[in-house]
Amino acid sequence: MKIGVVVFPGSNCDHDALHAVSEVIHTPAEFIWHQSQDLAGFDAVILPGGFSYGDYLRTGAIARFSPVMNAIARFARSGGLVLGICNGFQILCEAGLLPGALMRNKGLRFVCRHVHIRVETAATPFTSAARPGQVLRIPIAHAEGNYVCDATTLADLKHNNQIVFRYCTPDGRLDTAANPNGSLDAIAGICNRERNVMGMMPHPERAVEAALGSTDGLVVFRSLVQSLARQPAAAVS
Amino acid sequence: MSHAARTPKIVETAIKVTPEIVAEHGITPKEYARIQKILGREPNFTELGIFSVMWSEHCSYKSSRIHLQRLPTHAPQVLQGPGENAGVVDVGDGLAAVFKMESHNHPSYVEPFQGAATGVGGILRDVFTMGARPIAVLDSLRFGSITSAKGISANGERPEVVARNRRLVDGVVRGIAFYGNCFGVPTVGGEVEFEPGYAGNPLVNVLALGIAPKNHLFFARARGEGNPVIYVGAKTGRDGIHGASLLASAEFTEESQKKRPNVQVGDPFLEKLLLEACLEAMASGTIVGIQDMGAAGLTSSSCEMASRGGVGIELELDRVPQRESGMTAYEMMLSESQERMLLVAERGREAEVFRVFRKWGLDAIEIGRVTSDGMLRVLHHGQIAAEIPADALAEQAPLYQRPLTRPKPSPAREARVSLAPVGTDLSANFHGLLAAPAIASKRWIFEQYDHMVRTNTTVFPGAADAAVVRLKGTSRALALATDGKGRWCALDPRVGAMQAVAEAARNVAAVGARPWAATNCLNFGNPEKPEVMWQFSEAVDGMAEACRALSIPITGGNVSFYNDTLGKSIDPTPIVGVLGVIENAAATLTMAFRNEGDAIVLLDGRGNASATPKSHERESLREFASSEYARTVAGIVGGVPPAVDLAAELRLIEALVALAAEGILASAHDISDGGIAVALAECGFASNGLAAEAAWHSDAPAELALFAETGARAVVSLSQASLARLLTLAAKYSIAALVIGRVTRGQFQLSLNGATVVRDRPASLRKIWSGAIEHAILGEQASKQA
Repeated sequence: MKIGVVVFPGSNCDHDALHAVSEVIHTPAEFIWHQSQDLAGFDAVILPGGFSYGDYLRTGAIARFSPVMNAIARFARSGGLVLGICNGFQILCEAGLLPGALMRNKGLRFVCRHVHIRVETAATPFTSAARPGQVLRIPIAHAEGNYVCDATTLADLKHNNQIVFRYCTPDGRLDTAANPNGSLDAIAGICNRERNVMGMMPHPERAVEAALGSTDGLVVFRSLVQSLARQPAAAVS
Repeated sequence: MSHAARTPKIVETAIKVTPEIVAEHGITPKEYARIQKILGREPNFTELGIFSVMWSEHCSYKSSRIHLQRLPTHAPQVLQGPGENAGVVDVGDGLAAVFKMESHNHPSYVEPFQGAATGVGGILRDVFTMGARPIAVLDSLRFGSITSAKGISANGERPEVVARNRRLVDGVVRGIAFYGNCFGVPTVGGEVEFEPGYAGNPLVNVLALGIAPKNHLFFARARGEGNPVIYVGAKTGRDGIHGASLLASAEFTEESQKKRPNVQVGDPFLEKLLLEACLEAMASGTIVGIQDMGAAGLTSSSCEMASRGGVGIELELDRVPQRESGMTAYEMMLSESQERMLLVAERGREAEVFRVFRKWGLDAIEIGRVTSDGMLRVLHHGQIAAEIPADALAEQAPLYQRPLTRPKPSPAREARVSLAPVGTDLSANFHGLLAAPAIASKRWIFEQYDHMVRTNTTVFPGAADAAVVRLKGTSRALALATDGKGRWCALDPRVGAMQAVAEAARNVAAVGARPWAATNCLNFGNPEKPEVMWQFSEAVDGMAEACRALSIPITGGNVSFYNDTLGKSIDPTPIVGVLGVIENAAATLTMAFRNEGDAIVLLDGRGNASATPKSHERESLREFASSEYARTVAGIVGGVPPAVDLAAELRLIEALVALAAEGILASAHDISDGGIAVALAECGFASNGLAAEAAWHSDAPAELALFAETGARAVVSLSQASLARLLTLAAKYSIAALVIGRVTRGQFQLSLNGATVVRDRPASLRKIWSGAIEHAILGEQASKQA
């Protein structure tokens, strides 16, 4: 089993994601350079946080044109597991692998703090080790995490159970004050219809060791590894 | 490279060097005579420009060098002291900590967002130039008042000034966030203060820390005749010309806003690429020497590398990547365009260097070579545009022993706080103190910074007296704290500087770290004023004495003079950043109370078992007049700073490090702004709904007992079962340990001599403390929506 962490110019949570996978849950992981066109040998891919291409035009807008994104689209179409964290989520939206977009936070400022998110579904390869309704304490660190989509898309997301995480209070209630960026329907993370591509704004890789103040992010990586172990390697080459 | 077209003669520039031009470059007639003597001829305009930046106060330290020699810089752990891009200390496990602090004051006033952003960018380059990956940034900020009643600040600043101060805070914070967040370095701590003296001259001091294998450091030294000099990073434009000489080395006047074009513009994305490319190129073994192009850009990087290496460097400017057309040699040599580096590579391995930089999408061009003649030679359009001995530029700037005059003692030193009658309920005063910007929560600021990226931050901003980052792959962690006491330094620069060192060291010890080394940033007014120079000399002596007593070597830093606006100097503000090492990262302490029922103990390095200062009553009152309480509640800025007892500070530090290592403490917090009362409240604010219930006996008046800022003290909490062990250790380290209360889930309550003086719901106190800065900057309404 091998998990790839994509490095775009400007990715800055790449080392953190690699550390979480390889050093904390002891699963082989390697960097994938953004010009790579081939994901052979990888069983899952993480698009890490950061400021790909400086996020100067619009978050993720340039990264989606990286050669590796074609490979990732093919990988996803054939059922490969793709996890986008923060900037990775933004890139997945720009690339059309996930619906919707991430806008400026309602406060118009960068926000870095621990928030609470509620697991809305355990029926994804990224949350299968969690239980629905479980509250996770995980940090956010972004200026553009305000999820938006049109009414039809939102209805689809709900209908297909694609909303994976919602911002909530410590005891799991939805509350405007607990929504740090103004996201539509308090959405913190979604998956695609096929459930093999997930994007989330909070950083699970920053909550994997007690020394970092929380271990609640572990469940995402453990789910991922368990899912890979359960199913044969994705039919990708 | 071909030199066939080169004429043997130095080119005559279109602009002739006249006495007026010399004066405009900030060069005195005496300095000009020295230049003539060094060259053996008249300089041309380009050469004059090159001398003016290298001999500027900012680059040459010509007024400060003589004094800085008094600072202790040697210790076994010091791998590199002052004189390189950053200081380096051995922190164990084969790792070196590379760190330094630098100012970006004037640019941040002229253009707060870009000024602060490029301040972060500059110090990050200083660190990764040495082969270290930056892992933490701290900011020490000073602004004018941001709070006002009926539009006028408590210190008399007019509404438009207060409004401008708020805009400056907002711009500076956004600028730091913009750069650090994108670059991917966590901004983990620092401090901010608000004093009227900084309204026209805010301070933006940035400290960066990096980590490198200690046997794989890089230095700014050229060597090897014929080795290629390679330019990497951003293209050169006309931005920032004379930033070092005109912005950083002159007073501010009403004309200064026109200097906005002298402020550089930062590109953190490019810097991130530069970081990765440099580290990768360094790992390849092809790099001989490297230096960032900071102040005085191409000029300083080339002549400093040549001078340190005892060689010469020849540059061919036509090869320099340029953003604009038609740039003169003068403009290119003085440009301060950001995100550029100059490196010397092994001849024959250029292709490997180019390959790495191309991979990261960066320009890397050979623009010159190392020579053996010791000259900085600049070629442009086939002619010699400038030719100056490199050493003369880097090392032979004039040194000034500027006149010192001790100013007349200010009558403010005699100020006294009129104390409340015995039995007065001090709750209202306490509320005022908690809302004072110096004490109130800085959450609104630090949440705009990514303080977690790289997943090393184990103590978040506001959670303890120092920030802590772990060293992955080892059992160690590093602690960092910055401190500066401008208000106290204005009253007594020597004592104020000592207090800054003592507090930063105490802060580091309060998380369980042994103070290991320090960097400084010395912010002062115009050194040509004898009173300012006296303040500087006193502050250096105070800092030296404190660092010696606490065994903390200073490994480098920065001097920022000319912090004057419209003729008025800032309060002398030496900032110190202390780095500490925690041997066992798992034993790191924070200030947060952890368990209901734990004992609260006051530790006092002086060794007498009393909760209040024992000094003579009159002296205590003079010291109290310089406290935050005196300023906030009584509106007094005066008195004298609390006397420093360095032996007591050292005992307390040793005891805190030992107690933390034993693992018997649940929390530790030093006593500083706002005294014991504020320290106890903060331990509760940092916790999960806990509070202090304390009662003790005091001979001193209640306000002194609660709010005096006497040093060498800390409050700790621990289980009742561990108390006996604590008392044993306290005796061993000759410090006093007085049990003053316990941790509760109930009311916050302080009692003196049997009478309750402050009592409140923790949640109400927290509310006052947590929102004050946000309300001041955004206004109450906006802050609720944000």
